Amino acid sequence: MKHVLENVENQFEMFQILDENGKVVNKDDMPDLSDDDLKELMRRMVYIRILDQRSMALNRQGRLGFYAPTAGQEASQLGSHFALEKGDFLLPGYRDVPQLIWHGLPLYQAFLFSKGHYHGNQFPEGFNALSPQIIIGAQYTQAAGVAIGMKKRGKKSVAITYTGDGGTSQGDFYEAINFAGAFGAPAIFVVQNNHFAISVPVEKQTKAKTLAQKAVAAGIEGIQVDGMDVLAVYAATKHARERAINGEGPTLIETLTYRFGPHTTAGDDPTRYRTEELDNEWEKKDPLVRFRKYLEDKNLWSEEIENKVIEEAKDDIKQAIKKADTYPKQKVTELISHMFEELPANLQEQMEEYKEKESK
Amino acid sequence: MAQMTMIQAITDALRTELKNDENVLIYGEDVGQNGGVFRATEGLQKEFGEDRVFDTPLAESGIGGMSIGLALQGYRPVPEIQFFGFVYEAMDSINGQMARLRYRSGDTLHAPITIRAPFGGGVHTPELHADSLEGLIAQQPGIKVVIPATPKEAKGLLIASIRDNDPVLFLEHMKLYRSFRDEVPEEEYTIELGKADVKREGKDVTIIAYGAMVHSALKAADELEKNDIDAEVIDLRTVSPVDMETIIASVQKTNRVVFVQEAQRQAGVASHVISEIQERAILHLEAPILRVTAPDTVYAFTQAEEVWLPDHKDIIEKVNQVINF
Ligand SMILES: Cc1ncc(C[n+]2csc(CCOP(=O)(O)OP(=O)(O)O)c2C)c(N)n1
Repeated sequence: MKHVLENVENQFEMFQILDENGKVVNKDDMPDLSDDDLKELMRRMVYIRILDQRSMALNRQGRLGFYAPTAGQEASQLGSHFALEKGDFLLPGYRDVPQLIWHGLPLYQAFLFSKGHYHGNQFPEGFNALSPQIIIGAQYTQAAGVAIGMKKRGKKSVAITYTGDGGTSQGDFYEAINFAGAFGAPAIFVVQNNHFAISVPVEKQTKAKTLAQKAVAAGIEGIQVDGMDVLAVYAATKHARERAINGEGPTLIETLTYRFGPHTTAGDDPTRYRTEELDNEWEKKDPLVRFRKYLEDKNLWSEEIENKVIEEAKDDIKQAIKKADTYPKQKVTELISHMFEELPANLQEQMEEYKEKESK
Repeated sequence: MAQMTMIQAITDALRTELKNDENVLIYGEDVGQNGGVFRATEGLQKEFGEDRVFDTPLAESGIGGMSIGLALQGYRPVPEIQFFGFVYEAMDSINGQMARLRYRSGDTLHAPITIRAPFGGGVHTPELHADSLEGLIAQQPGIKVVIPATPKEAKGLLIASIRDNDPVLFLEHMKLYRSFRDEVPEEEYTIELGKADVKREGKDVTIIAYGAMVHSALKAADELEKNDIDAEVIDLRTVSPVDMETIIASVQKTNRVVFVQEAQRQAGVASHVISEIQERAILHLEAPILRVTAPDTVYAFTQAEEVWLPDHKDIIEKVNQVINF
């Protein structure tokens, strides 16, 4: 009788390129990125960190609605997204607004999404993304579907989707990786393991030592990556993308990361389930600090450049929130008119009723 | 007696039943150490241990199926669905499985499960958190659907639900969790499931409501009184099965009915109750029964929530229509 679990688990060691001091520990897998690319990656991470800070403040002022903090996860979110090409399809979870923004979603629309206005989700044709999914796991099976469709259409592009460590417990997660595997679909499933599903630690979520190893049961490729190392996340995703468009099927990427903030701004108190030591330990792994050191060593980054990015982000945010604040409030009549292509009789009646109500 | 919010009354009921019966188990997402995202299970894990009150992995379908399995082992599961909008993930377990367990086993097995879930609008939650989906489960024979409107009733109804030997869906309107306090007896008591409550007596019109809409109906009744309209307000409390006896007695007295629900016009429980009334008491009606509901769209994103949700003014308007018919 052979026990295989241990053998399998041993194969899922964390993939890393930069250590916590920004030193290269794995030259062989260093991705081929130009200096401009490297700087752009850093710029995006700084920008999103500022956006996170401002969003928290705006939320406290009551100018934003639903908001899920992203600080700590920038490398995981933006490194993976950076590996995409035009035509790739993005299916984000509720915390994955940063990827949508770099996919091209105007900031004011991201704010409108937060404020619960449908225009936040109104993407132009060809935008190739869904709005952030609220139901955990639903985006996974849909991503499998998009990827299967791409394969059928003979497209050379991929579908990428994100969930958290908690999300890997949903049936949808298993169904999705299994479907994508069975159909050899060009899908990339990113699991951002930030170690907590609201308050529940990943050790209580599953007996599996890594989430990457869950790929084994579906017969697909799986890899665990240092999610605080933007180069490692980029390299792993780039590789997964190449495999996918070469017809080698889907990949499950687990990124080990951490959300520095609360779960969302709606009353979650992380001190109920996280210790200060754990927070401190992870703050030392801050993806921005690490990558900044790496770039500074290469003379590609400076305080001056960073300050410019910060100012640029703040300006953009100021203008975008103003636009979102003054955007015409959503009406029930708009809701009614967006239910079907043509208004059925019941909604025609109700349209009249609410037109009258809204005119008062 | 103590002054309690609805959430405190619910915690109190859960504590009472954990103490009373060692087979009662409370579990779900974040209900343990965190005490639930609304703090409904606050302190219970500490008091009763991780064997009795525990977090599950994040999967509603797993939670639903596990409940049936635990019930088969003699437990009384009280699982929580974190927000009722996520119930679709557990639909087969609830509607397809636990509701028919007694029947399909020829009455040899049963599922004494109480599923708790917050629902209801007006608190600016994101998509799929606030939907009034009670109609989906109320249409399923074999499971009871209970919706309290006050802290006192929440405690008595929840204890009765946990003690019931059949599955019960217990829905807690989020807006009522902390909006007011009520005298709640400290001792244990039950309120019979399937019984409506006449919250206000009147002779001119019957307003039937449940959940948060009971309070809108009462507010409407107060204003109507200023115009000499004396409205009776009935709180269904259990929306499946419905207490037709109380309703028909009221209709025979007032001869006019307005049904109020937060759910969309084509959802909820209004259609069923109104059909029953017209089958049983059509000759007592002086006017068509009117409904106050939300429109037939998905739940409004937060910006349009206020206009979308029915309120006391809508109720007053419909009452005036049935009075002046
Ligand atoms: C189907 C479903 N169940 C429950 C929730 C409530 N909920 C929102 S986020 C969350 C935890 C998610 O944790 P994880 O997947 O690890 O992602 P993270 O928030 O850590 O990024 C829960 C339970 C939901 N949105 N959808």
